Parts: sequence; structure tokens; C-alpha cells
Amino acid sequence: MRLRAGDVLHFAWGALHGYPSRALLMLLAMSIGVASVVMLTALGEGARLYVQGEFASLGSNLLIVIPGRSETAGFNPSTLMGETPRDLTLEDAAALRRSHLVRRVSPLNIGSAEISRQGRVRDTVIMGGTAELLQIRHWRIAQGRFLPAGRWNRARPVAVIGRHVKEELFGAEPAVGQWLRIGDRRFRVIGVLESEGRSIGVDVQDVAIIPAASAQQLFNTRSLFRILVESRSRAAIAPTRKFIVDTLQTRHQGVKDVTVITQDAVLATFDRILGALTYAVGGIAAISLMVAGILIMNVMLVAVSQRTAEIGLLKALGADRREILGLFVGEALLLSSLGAMAGLLLGEAGALILRQSFPELPAHAPLWAVLASLTVALVTGVLFSLLPARRAANLDPVAALSGR
Amino acid sequence: MKPVIELRQVHRDFQVGDQVVHALDDVNLKIATGDYLSIMGPSGSGKSTLLNLIGLLDRASSGQYILDGRDVTSLSDGEQAVIRNRSIGFVFQAFHLVPRLTAAENVELPLMLAGMPLHERRSRVAKSLEALHLADRAQHKPDQLSGGQRQRVAIARATIMEPAVLLADEPTGNLDHRSGMDVVEILETLNARGITLIVVTHDAELGRRARRRLHMLDGRIHVEQGATV
Ligand SMILES: Nc1ncnc2c1ncn2[C@@H]1O[C@H](COP(=O)(O)OP(=O)(O)O)[C@@H](O)[C@H]1O
Ligand SMILES: [Mg+2]
Repeated sequence: MRLRAGDVLHFAWGALHGYPSRALLMLLAMSIGVASVVMLTALGEGARLYVQGEFASLGSNLLIVIPGRSETAGFNPSTLMGETPRDLTLEDAAALRRSHLVRRVSPLNIGSAEISRQGRVRDTVIMGGTAELLQIRHWRIAQGRFLPAGRWNRARPVAVIGRHVKEELFGAEPAVGQWLRIGDRRFRVIGVLESEGRSIGVDVQDVAIIPAASAQQLFNTRSLFRILVESRSRAAIAPTRKFIVDTLQTRHQGVKDVTVITQDAVLATFDRILGALTYAVGGIAAISLMVAGILIMNVMLVAVSQRTAEIGLLKALGADRREILGLFVGEALLLSSLGAMAGLLLGEAGALILRQSFPELPAHAPLWAVLASLTVALVTGVLFSLLPARRAANLDPVAALSGR
Repeated sequence: MKPVIELRQVHRDFQVGDQVVHALDDVNLKIATGDYLSIMGPSGSGKSTLLNLIGLLDRASSGQYILDGRDVTSLSDGEQAVIRNRSIGFVFQAFHLVPRLTAAENVELPLMLAGMPLHERRSRVAKSLEALHLADRAQHKPDQLSGGQRQRVAIARATIMEPAVLLADEPTGNLDHRSGMDVVEILETLNARGITLIVVTHDAELGRRARRRLHMLDGRIHVEQGATV
């Protein structure tokens, strides 16, 4: 081919100028396709990073003990016999402290109750825990102190409240030392949490924390919702898990009826789910690129039939089949790269707006998505222009020149 | 003198439905370098088909075509394109200027297809337009030009590669008498400088101006006058 690449682009540019509405239509289709890939994957990636951040706030080296055996963990005779899994108890939790692998343990109960003080009433998430919960969860105290250490099975009428709860019930007044009602019991406020942020979907500013034994009385139950265990180190997580499973199996008459999840595993699961989601939305958005490709093909087919005489002329002037092919593919390539760039700008602008509207969502399009969408845009542009370009290249010059 | 163009027993058949049209029927022709030839005849007699064949826009169904001593009958598409680009200039009745390109850009097309560097192209285009008194029209689009000017732009484009052969199919067909005469004079001047000129026309007055005149009928060369080869 004797044609220069620069000339192909210049010629293509001229041709696009010659038919501006057609060019704009194709540009729009291409840019919407790329923009949607960029924006949707940014959204997915943002969600993934958000969840990662949430889990990081849970604290490291954390193992969570849940009553019941998860199905994926294997054969379970208790479900076979129609038994419900044995409850976790405060004693179970206490037993887990007896290992050098374990640094801290806290039982956890969660429920909802009405908190009231002097006529102000608020529905609130109530957490039952122990003194260790503070460190396990990496919370901090703004005023007063956290739950006292001491025997877990002793119910005490003390409560630590989140900031929103404090503000709503006490306003600007000091809360520490004051009494309030949770359900039908009286509790004295001993501390206010400073921490912001969320953990497993609950805003810590909106909770009240009471001793585990008090929570069991309040909700009238002997069982626990979870046991949180912090191992000494990252390396100790696996042996700690084994210790927990063995200990509780022994305590539960040889039945393995608990599930121990590590933060890593949960995070990995979420990571997988959200990663897959990002790929999925990226893929769906990529379909719009295909649609753009089909549009390009149709518009190019129209272009070829409109420019038949021009093609015949170029042949008469010395263009061979490959050069005609090059001119038309070049035109599609130029269009799709312009469209892809416009789409990239549009998508990044959209992601920026997302980030500004939802600051907690780090919506950045991942590099692979940007590169993939640009590649797909260019490849579709070329691929879908091949058919029209070949039609142009194969035109009979005599017929083309005579408008047949 | 060695002929620049030689056709031997050339046939060109078209299949139309279940009928075969013999657009060219055993054409034998030698054209000397620098000759001035007119092809006349009634509509449908095969004039354009002959011209397109000589211009390598079309292929013979059978027979042999020797251009400049080289058998070009069965060259590849790419090889024929190179010959069209370098050795043959076309002037059409309908001008065939690209409407979105300026006069200068239209003239530049063959140079672009030849892969000539930009600066060289510009100066050659300017010279060529100058020679055809179109310097002040260089930046005009075809729709801003008169018919005569358009055909002059087309001639500039056909001759910019300094081809050996210039083919014109009814070059004055879309022009008034005066612009037609202008165009004919330009073509004849080019011929006087050495280009081989072949003009298809059904204008008898125009046809008579050529040194050599072919009359076609039903795809055959019916009468030939002024043969030089
Ligand atoms: N592409 C084609 N398909 C079918 N028939 C054709 C084609 N081109 C030319 N012909 C036929 O060949 C004959 C010669 O055509 P042409 O060379 O255009 O005549 P002229 O230029 O002398 O008017 C006519 O009968 C015409 O109908
Ligand atoms: Mg004709």
C-alpha cells in the first residue's frame, strides 16, 4: 500500500466532516458505550473498596464464631437428625479464653429495644458484650469509660452509648452518670463512644452497649449471637480456629455445630462477589459497545452506498482494493478512537460526580476496565467496518462511476 | 513507431439476464505514442467499454492488451491500480470531483494515492492549477465552480501524474459550447506536448478534430480514418 497513514487519517477526517450528523451519531454511540463501561466498573470497584474498608474497621486477626454449621463445611449429623444447632453460651465464650493463642474474647448479643429518658424515646440497636469488645472492635471512648472488666455472667445496669443516641437523649447535657431506660430496665450511662464509621452494617453512633449478661436478661435468652475472638497474631489465626472448633466440639458433646469465619474469608467472599459484579456490569456495558459497533456498520454501509462514485473515482485514480479498504477502516478507526476518548472523559467525569456525591464510595474505574473498553471500542470499530469497507473495496469501478 | 497501446482480438461480453451482450466484439487496435484519437458511434456501440478497458478499469473477456510493450491483460488488481495511477489519466463527462474536497485537494488525490510527500504534492498541485488558469480557484469547492472550471480541475487531476495516456469520455457532454471548446483546446495542447489523447464523443464536429477517427457500431470498429500505425 502506497497510501500514507497520515493521509488516510486526513482523508477520513475530511470524510467525517463531510457528513457531520452521521459522524456525530457514531461518536455518540461509541462514547456512550465506553462511558458506561468506565462508570459502571467504577461503581463496582468503589463498592468493593467500600466493603474492604468496612471490614478493615472490624479489626484484624478477628475470628467470628457463629452457632450452626455452614453447609459448605461438610456433613453434619445434627441437621440429618433434624436437630437445631446447640446455642452458644457465655460459658462457651469463657472457655475460649483458655489458650495462649487467644488474646481477647467477647461474646456478642444483638437486639433492638426502645431507649427512653425523660419522655424522649428512640429505637436503638442494643449490643451485649464485655470489656474486651472495645479493643476487638477498635472503638474509642469519648467520655467516661467502657464496660467494666469482671465476671461475664454478672448482669450490671450500665450502658455505653453511641454519639447519636447521646445527642438525641441528652442533647448538650452530660450523659455520663445519668440514668436511662432500655426496654423496662434502668441503666446508668458510663461512657459515650467516640468512634464513627460502621461495622457490619450498624453505625456505632446509633448503638447502646450493655454487659452481655444484661443483654441476655433484656432479650430473655441464654444464647449468644456471636463470639468474637482475637488471636495473638495473623499467623495464629489458623491454629486459633482449630482450637475454637475443638473446644466447642468437646463442650457440645462431640458435635461440630459451630462455624468459625475469619475476616479474611469473609472479605475474600465479598471481594469475589463484588469483583464478579464489576466484571458483570462491565460486560453488560460492553454489550453497548457491540451495539455501537453494529450501528457503525450500518452507518458505514450507508456511507459506502452514498459515496459509490467517490470510490469508483479513487479506483480510477489508482487506488487498489487494499487502499480503499484502508481508507474506510481508517475512517471507522478514527471515529471509534474519538468516540472512545470522548467516552473515557464522560465516564471519568461521571465517576468523579459519583465520588463527590458519595464520598464514602471510592468510585475509580479500574485500569483493566479502562483499557478493555478502549480496546473493545477500537476492535469493534475495525471489525464492524470491515464488511462495509470490503463492500467498497470490491465495487466495480466502471459501475461505481456510472452510479450503478 | 512503437504503439503505446495494442489490443488484439479483444472481446468484452456482458451477461444481461439470459442474454449475452457483446459490448466489444473482436476489437483490434494499435495506438501510437502521442496520437490523437477520437472514438465515435451511436449510443450503446461500445465506446465507453473500449475506453474503460484501455484505462484498466475493466477487463477483457478474451483477447490481449499490451500497454507500453507490456502485456497487462492479466495483471493483479494492485498492479493495474499502479498503472492507472502512473500512466493513465481519466476525464469524465460528469467531472467526478469529490464534493467535500477543494479544487486543490481534488487535484492532489492521485499524488496522495502515489504516496508522494506532502510538500512535493503542494507545489505540483499549485503549478498544475496555475497552468490551467485555476490558481485563484484552488481553495474553492466544486459547487463553487462553473462547469468549465470543474472540467479543468478534472484535467489537472488527470494530468498531475504526467501520464502517457489521457482518456476522455464525452468530456464536453455536460458543458456549453464555449467551455466545451476551452476544454478541447486544453486537451489538444496537452496532446501537442506529447500525451496520447483518446476522446470518446458523439459530437461529429469534435470527433473530426482528431488526427485519427474510429467509428464504432455494435461493438466493432466499423470505419477507421487517418490511421498512422
Ligand atoms: N456493466 C454492464 N452490464 C451489462 N451491459 C453493459 C454493461 N456496460 C455496458 N453494457 C452494454 O454494452 C454495450 C456498450 O455500452 P457502452 O460501451 O456504454 O456504449 P457507449 O459508450 O458507446 O454508449 C451496451 O449495449 C450496454 O448496454
Ligand atoms: Mg458511453
